[in-house]
Amino acid sequence: MPKRTDIHRVLVIGSGPIVIGQACEFDYSGTQAVKALKAEGLEVVLVNSNPATIMTDPELADRTYVEPLTPEMVEAIIARERPDALLPTVGGQTALNLAVALAERGVLERYGVTLIGAQIPAIKVAEDRQLFRDAMTEIGVETPRSGVVGSMAQALEVVTHVGFPAIIRPSFTLGGVGGGIAYNIEEFREIVSRGLDLSPVHEVLVEESVIGWKEFELEVMRDGADNFVVICSIENIDAMGVHTGDSITVAPALTLTDKEYQRMRDVARRIIRRVGVETGGSNIQFAVNPENGRMVAIEMNPRVSRSSALASKATGFPIAKIAAKLALGYRLDEIPNDITKVTPASFEPTIDYIVVKFPRWAFEKFPLADATLTTQMKSVGEAMAIGRTFKQAFLKGIRSLELGGARGQIFGQSPDEDPAELHRQLVVPNERRMWAIFRALERGDSIETLHELTHIDPWFLAQFKDIVHLAQTAALGEVREMSADLMRTLKQAGFGDGDIATICQTTPEAVRARREELGLSPTYKRIDTCAAEFESHTPYLYGTYEQECEADPTSRRKVVILGSGPNRIGQGIEFDYCCVHAAFALRDEGLETVMVNCNPETVSTDYDTVDRLYFEPLTLEDVLAIIAREQQEGGEVSCVVQFGGQTPLKLALRLQAAGVDIIGTSPDSIDLAEDRERFSQLLWDLGIPQPANGMAVSREQARLVAESIGYPVVVRPSYVLGGRAMAIVYDPASLDRYMASAVDVSPERPILVDRFLEDAFELDVDAVCDREGHVVIGGIMEHIEEAGIHSGDSSCVVPPYLVAERHLETIRDYTRRIARALNVVGLMNAQFAIKDDVVYVIEVNPRASRTVPYLSKATGVPLAKVAARLMLGQTLPELGFTADLEVAGVFVKTPVFPFVRFPGVDTILGPEMKSTGEVMGGAPSFGTAFAKAQMGAGHELPRTGTAFISVNNDDKPNVLGIARGLVELGFTIVATRGTAAYLRAHGIPAEVTYKINEGRPHVGDRILNGEISLIINTPLGRESFFDDRSVRRLAMMHGIACVTTLTGGSATVAAVKALGEEGLDVRALQDYYATAAVDQA
Amino acid sequence: MKAILALENGQWFEGTAAGAAGETSGEVVFNTGLTGYQEILTDPSYARQIVVMTAPEIGNYGVAADDEESRGVQVAGFVVRESSPLASNWRADGTLADYLATNGVVAIANIDTRALTRVLRSSGVMRGVIATGAVDPGELVEKARAIPLMEGSDLVREVTCETAFDWTPVVDPADPDAAYVVAPERRASRPLRVAAYDLGMKWNILRRFAAYGCDVRVYPATTPAGEVLAGRPDGIFFSNGPGDPAVLDYVVENARQAVNAGVPVFGICLGHQILAQAMGGRTYKLKFGHRGSNHPVKHLPTGQVEITSQNHGFAVDPDSLGSDVEVTHVNLYDGTVEGLRHRRQPVFCVQYHPEAAPGPHDADYLFRLFLDEMERRA
Repeated sequence: MPKRTDIHRVLVIGSGPIVIGQACEFDYSGTQAVKALKAEGLEVVLVNSNPATIMTDPELADRTYVEPLTPEMVEAIIARERPDALLPTVGGQTALNLAVALAERGVLERYGVTLIGAQIPAIKVAEDRQLFRDAMTEIGVETPRSGVVGSMAQALEVVTHVGFPAIIRPSFTLGGVGGGIAYNIEEFREIVSRGLDLSPVHEVLVEESVIGWKEFELEVMRDGADNFVVICSIENIDAMGVHTGDSITVAPALTLTDKEYQRMRDVARRIIRRVGVETGGSNIQFAVNPENGRMVAIEMNPRVSRSSALASKATGFPIAKIAAKLALGYRLDEIPNDITKVTPASFEPTIDYIVVKFPRWAFEKFPLADATLTTQMKSVGEAMAIGRTFKQAFLKGIRSLELGGARGQIFGQSPDEDPAELHRQLVVPNERRMWAIFRALERGDSIETLHELTHIDPWFLAQFKDIVHLAQTAALGEVREMSADLMRTLKQAGFGDGDIATICQTTPEAVRARREELGLSPTYKRIDTCAAEFESHTPYLYGTYEQECEADPTSRRKVVILGSGPNRIGQGIEFDYCCVHAAFALRDEGLETVMVNCNPETVSTDYDTVDRLYFEPLTLEDVLAIIAREQQEGGEVSCVVQFGGQTPLKLALRLQAAGVDIIGTSPDSIDLAEDRERFSQLLWDLGIPQPANGMAVSREQARLVAESIGYPVVVRPSYVLGGRAMAIVYDPASLDRYMASAVDVSPERPILVDRFLEDAFELDVDAVCDREGHVVIGGIMEHIEEAGIHSGDSSCVVPPYLVAERHLETIRDYTRRIARALNVVGLMNAQFAIKDDVVYVIEVNPRASRTVPYLSKATGVPLAKVAARLMLGQTLPELGFTADLEVAGVFVKTPVFPFVRFPGVDTILGPEMKSTGEVMGGAPSFGTAFAKAQMGAGHELPRTGTAFISVNNDDKPNVLGIARGLVELGFTIVATRGTAAYLRAHGIPAEVTYKINEGRPHVGDRILNGEISLIINTPLGRESFFDDRSVRRLAMMHGIACVTTLTGGSATVAAVKALGEEGLDVRALQDYYATAAVDQA
Repeated sequence: MKAILALENGQWFEGTAAGAAGETSGEVVFNTGLTGYQEILTDPSYARQIVVMTAPEIGNYGVAADDEESRGVQVAGFVVRESSPLASNWRADGTLADYLATNGVVAIANIDTRALTRVLRSSGVMRGVIATGAVDPGELVEKARAIPLMEGSDLVREVTCETAFDWTPVVDPADPDAAYVVAPERRASRPLRVAAYDLGMKWNILRRFAAYGCDVRVYPATTPAGEVLAGRPDGIFFSNGPGDPAVLDYVVENARQAVNAGVPVFGICLGHQILAQAMGGRTYKLKFGHRGSNHPVKHLPTGQVEITSQNHGFAVDPDSLGSDVEVTHVNLYDGTVEGLRHRRQPVFCVQYHPEAAPGPHDADYLFRLFLDEMERRA
């Protein structure tokens, strides 16, 4: 069937900001889809609110809208762009839900837009639990016993049939938000009630527990002619009960007989047909009872997913790209397999290696969160590892997580003092369970016992036991005498040099020396979709210790780009974006590009992005081995470390020491900027002020430093990203507590102590600098929240809207002087604070920052690409950059937070970063841009209604303007006693309401009753923390805009005002840039 | 214990013994299936072949009596990257390692099976020897060069049944394995009798006939066609099997008679190659064959793509076929012939394995087509 001829212009919807459950895998899939559609000669209109995506690069789609993903805004885009078709299957659940909303509002019909990829009935059957269950019954596919309920009474009735434990899943929520497992009636009531609230259709599924059953997923594809293929089977090592996003998973499935697997395949085919996915990819989940093989279908996603991204990376089969082509009417057998070139896409990939995916969590950021793993996803990122055997892939996976320090070590853990605690860690799924399993095996627990406690299949447990035995064998001897056989066995089983060093109580260098003496180095195998049956033309490689190496390096000049590893809070898609841009620019310059990364969600690990892709952990051992292999044919090899965040930076000095050529800013300059003493000296020499500061390695020292600087102080470990373990302390006692808890964060690094500039304005600057000392400032971004909130968690705006031009000039001057002093070649980020008319430098990072993609989208200049060219030795004037960049309009970046996933966690912001992603809003004025950013982040701003205000005493004078503004906009003000009294005293009418602990009806009741539409609440000090916290939490759970800073309050007032006066309009990035070009001409 | 696999091209791989001790030889071929090693081990088409599994972790789910495809292990030797010491599946009644040892299968593990596969892919399948213990690789290479070539070998006589027998399907609805049996598209509307030539038949072919409601009488490969036709079967079937199809004149002759008799005839794999010759065609040896569970085959009349189970080293030359024969299926990997039908007679055959075991069930409709042909001739 040839391509459809009735489609010329397609709207592709992205997935919006990175949140738990929906991360950069949708940038990967969306980017693939857009490229595939463009290659077919179609015009592509793209909308995504997330600027840190490759898909929103203006050169990718024909028309690119970074606008909120709301039905109204997408309708406006449709009205303007008039696409023939809408592809909703590559933007996660967000895009599917939007497609449904647009269809239901009649927008698609009104504008004659055809849905391609998935039709509304299919989306509904897949997403609506009851419809899905009915459909399964109709085709004779078993599902767990269950009932869909819309009320507590119904739920209590259903649970009598289903029994305990019972699973509760709210309908239409992302990644299972609000779901859970209830073991008793109390828990059941609690979870059902929460689930009903969170479900947009006020509906939850109550389901028979299949906890402890084996869990499998099939990634399948179907074309318009009903051809069907399974791309990949995935087995969850964690049994049913843990969300697949939180499970350690393996591909292919390893414990199913052919009969079981083929039955699953047959059922998958029946399901995709019945649900009605006409073309594209789907993910279908199954549970299998290990006692008797009984199989039930759990759910299906009629779109590409996190698992399909994993399956694409695991097999080399680009699911999203093929799905896009199928949506245009092609059949699977009409599309070639990129990797073999000679065979078609209508086949089932087969692999000759094992893939293990490990989730990465961020519970350290949310100490009060419940760290139990359940059916609701909590991880923020993942690492994938490939090995020739399961053991090898498993240990490479652990090493890929970059947990650092003692947490990363699965060997040589201290034995548990309390057996009950170990027991609990084995029974209750949690992020450290795998470590507990290894401790249990070390003390001699049997596979049977562990299977009973964990429900993990005995096959996997036996593999872990083998690993523990190998480690125990290795521990018996000295590394310098280790036999070649033992060393090879260990390396083949995936042990890193660091693992062996821990086991044998020596250094990784000593292990490496012995390994090299024995002549053992990794070989690289290709991922080819076909287990070597056909030749692979794509150098997509993984490292192993086998006989034959297929790396086949060229003798060309090449650059190795080190990626950023698994996503975590503080290091996410922004850095992958920069790595990808660097790769594109270097390839354009005629260099061979080599990527090293282990994050399967990313664009950087698409084999299309670079010339050669190594899917490997980002450790010194693995990176050095790759570089050595790439040097083999004599080509000059350089390495780029400044785009991937802290992960490559941590390796920079050691790579250089090992003789690796690092291009761009020297590792020594990077270190200088990170080294507090050297950096302070530099600023002193330049005459640039910074807040008073010092360093401490002990509690006593910390007290002395803080005393001399004066409280409050900001304390943090050096060399961290995302403000990990950063705090503001107001008194010696808190400082002591901090020092006591902070020790294990980064043992060999001191704690930095800085004077905290309260109520200062903060600004971020990104600049590009060349080897001749030219500096072009990409933009100065003003934080909307005041100092004390991590820059990644602060909304910011470019151009600055409240800062005096003379301060901006000072900032530009400081930026240039520091860049020159550090000999920066490439990107530099600097943070400034302005207090009492003085501009201070807070910190400088001579590397890519989190704001680079946002600023690139705002200015239309791909800063990371420019930086990559500068690193090759080109100069800014050569590239045509002589003036600092300008923006045509106002662009606001707003973070999004994962609080809804973590009941019990406060939503207040601080110096430790907690956001997972960001959105951008662009408009001609600040107010509208801020309003759009808020909408994009999911905070619908009220146009009017009742505002609840409760602020601390210090903030009272400054809240008056906000309150007045709200009254002028027609809001009614409700306030707590103190705030209300203050407002009234200043002529602002305010009704008093009780705090939660004061009596009833209190503010919580009013929130629940839907009487409040906006909340302005600044922290009231530690004592009333809990009261405030419950207010903020309630607001979040009920989707009420809640502002926790005064500057945020002012911005909100401006936004509401702008909404009323200007309304909302949409504008493509291409149009902004055209305006900018006209302005400059 | 150490083991070595030596190839006729002089290359050898050192690993560890993973089955019985001793020495074995055969044509070394690779199979890319991810599951189904027991079905592969017991498939008679693998007679005199050493099978390399490209999937690296083999033996995980053990072995189960119900997964046998014939009376016992048929391969000459077995090669895996990693052999599981543990059988983890509720259906298992033993480990693969014990099974191999008990059945006297010499096997080798812990070698770079991907490197080996790449050798076979680029140089073609070749003869090889596996030996355990302290052995001299050079001697093994010489031995490999001395074993008979697959071309010209009649292996059917070694694997066919000795006497004719009736296949009586035992259908026990309480058998948990019943859940794995694919529901037939329909069942025969009247009792149908299929005469099956056993050229090395996989049992799942018989199970599929039974599922469709056919009674099967299985005949030794050497049975004259007249004797089979005398039993007035509703259809005649030619099974899969090992060796070079070009040397099986006696089977081809029987097939010719069957084709000319106007009785519905169906063939699978070797049976397809036999029928092709009976209809005037020729076969040739493929460089490295098709062995696995993921080969796309296009059914030309409908354009539908089937993912198929394959195991063959020879193929039918399309240029050798007369105008009486129509190519119905082609392999989308390499364009080779995967299915034929006679334009005038109710005769059709496929190169691949619609009975699966192991592999996908996409082509099960072929059994229904055979049923249609048989019922049409009532």
